[in-house]
Amino acid sequence: MTLSLRTLALATALTAVGMAHAHNAWLLPSTTVLSKPDTISVDAAVSNDLFVANHAAMRLDNLLITAPDGSTVKPESEAKLKHRSVFDVNVGAPGTYRIAVVNAGGFASWKDKATGQQKRARGTPESLAKEIPADAQEVTVTQSVGRIETFVTVGKPSAPKPIGQGLEMVSTGGAFTDLAKGEKATFALHIDGQPAKDLEVTVTAGNTQYRDQLAEVKVKTDDKGQFSVTWPTAGMYWIDASTKDNKTTMPQAKERRLSYAATVEVMP
Amino acid sequence: MQVRYSLAIPTLAALFGVPAVAASLGASIEVPRLNVSEYHRPYVAAWIERADNSVAATVAVWYDVRTRTNNPEGEGTKWLKDLHQWWRRTGRELQVPIDGVTGATKPAGTHGVSLPDAAAAKLAPGAYKFVVEAAREVGGREVVSVPFQWPPTKADQQRASGSTELGDIKLELKP
Repeated sequence: MTLSLRTLALATALTAVGMAHAHNAWLLPSTTVLSKPDTISVDAAVSNDLFVANHAAMRLDNLLITAPDGSTVKPESEAKLKHRSVFDVNVGAPGTYRIAVVNAGGFASWKDKATGQQKRARGTPESLAKEIPADAQEVTVTQSVGRIETFVTVGKPSAPKPIGQGLEMVSTGGAFTDLAKGEKATFALHIDGQPAKDLEVTVTAGNTQYRDQLAEVKVKTDDKGQFSVTWPTAGMYWIDASTKDNKTTMPQAKERRLSYAATVEVMP
Repeated sequence: MQVRYSLAIPTLAALFGVPAVAASLGASIEVPRLNVSEYHRPYVAAWIERADNSVAATVAVWYDVRTRTNNPEGEGTKWLKDLHQWWRRTGRELQVPIDGVTGATKPAGTHGVSLPDAAAAKLAPGAYKFVVEAAREVGGREVVSVPFQWPPTKADQQRASGSTELGDIKLELKP
């Protein structure tokens, strides 16, 4: 079933933030298009429904907000509520802001030599190295790199600079905040700065709680890593993709799991 | 004075090879009277779009232009983006206020707008659309467009009508 696959993929992405049963992780900006500098609010949560905070608040330790000129913007009024986290972003300069939560870490499982018990841990390479005993058996370590983000534009959109690390969505000329109902948008997925070919991308409209079906659209990236979506209706959409490879940067890990999720707004 | 003036025009026209009287485009935009509990005058943008949806000219933008003294929050321009289509097509490229284009929001009624002669002179021959978009605070949004050919060969009137936020849109073309 697609839902369990998605749950699994996201769960791996979120191990670094300590979510045992993660579902859809999302950032939801109050607005993505502004005609003058202002302060916007963003909700951040991990939930069953898009974009309803009904499961867990997202941790904001790894929140990084980048202004159009590449400088870092500090979030304001940060708060972690029961089911969602919230923060404000002061968007002052013309162009597109990138608001991202990037989770990088790993999870490990091993058998304790003395007791024969199965053990699990998640964390950074350093903390995992400390936690796994030297005599542990059947050690498997998996690295995970996950990016959850959204974009907000003041005035004319600009193209945020690609990160070049992990799985990410990059512009193919159009803007992330210039989407309209009935129009086709083309983006590309990159892994470590290279086109992510033949990767499945899921596009789901928000308000899933008011539909009997998820009604997600699945598209595949082409040789250039590109995929296109024609927006059927206006609203907030969630774009997600995940994959794995063996290009680990963690010494203990053999496998790297990559995930990406973006929230974009489509105007009527 | 009178004599000098009438002499000057044909001289200038002869000099630049343009007709003394250029084709003109005028329009009337009806802001309907709405019976709603909380009424705010709509933001309205009117512009001329080429066949490929690119914008040839912005004719009018009516928004809350009140100054700092009586609109201390200076919120007026904040809602310009709610004229979604105009904003995407051209609004975000422009710096408001624009002389002869931007103005205060209008009450219910019929209001005239016209394309300045200088802008009309720059319109290349072809098919265009006159587009009017209205967005109202705690209300709806509507876009109405009227296709036309430029330059007009005869005096012509085109019209279209909105159903909610806009009433009659009348386009007057003169060769």
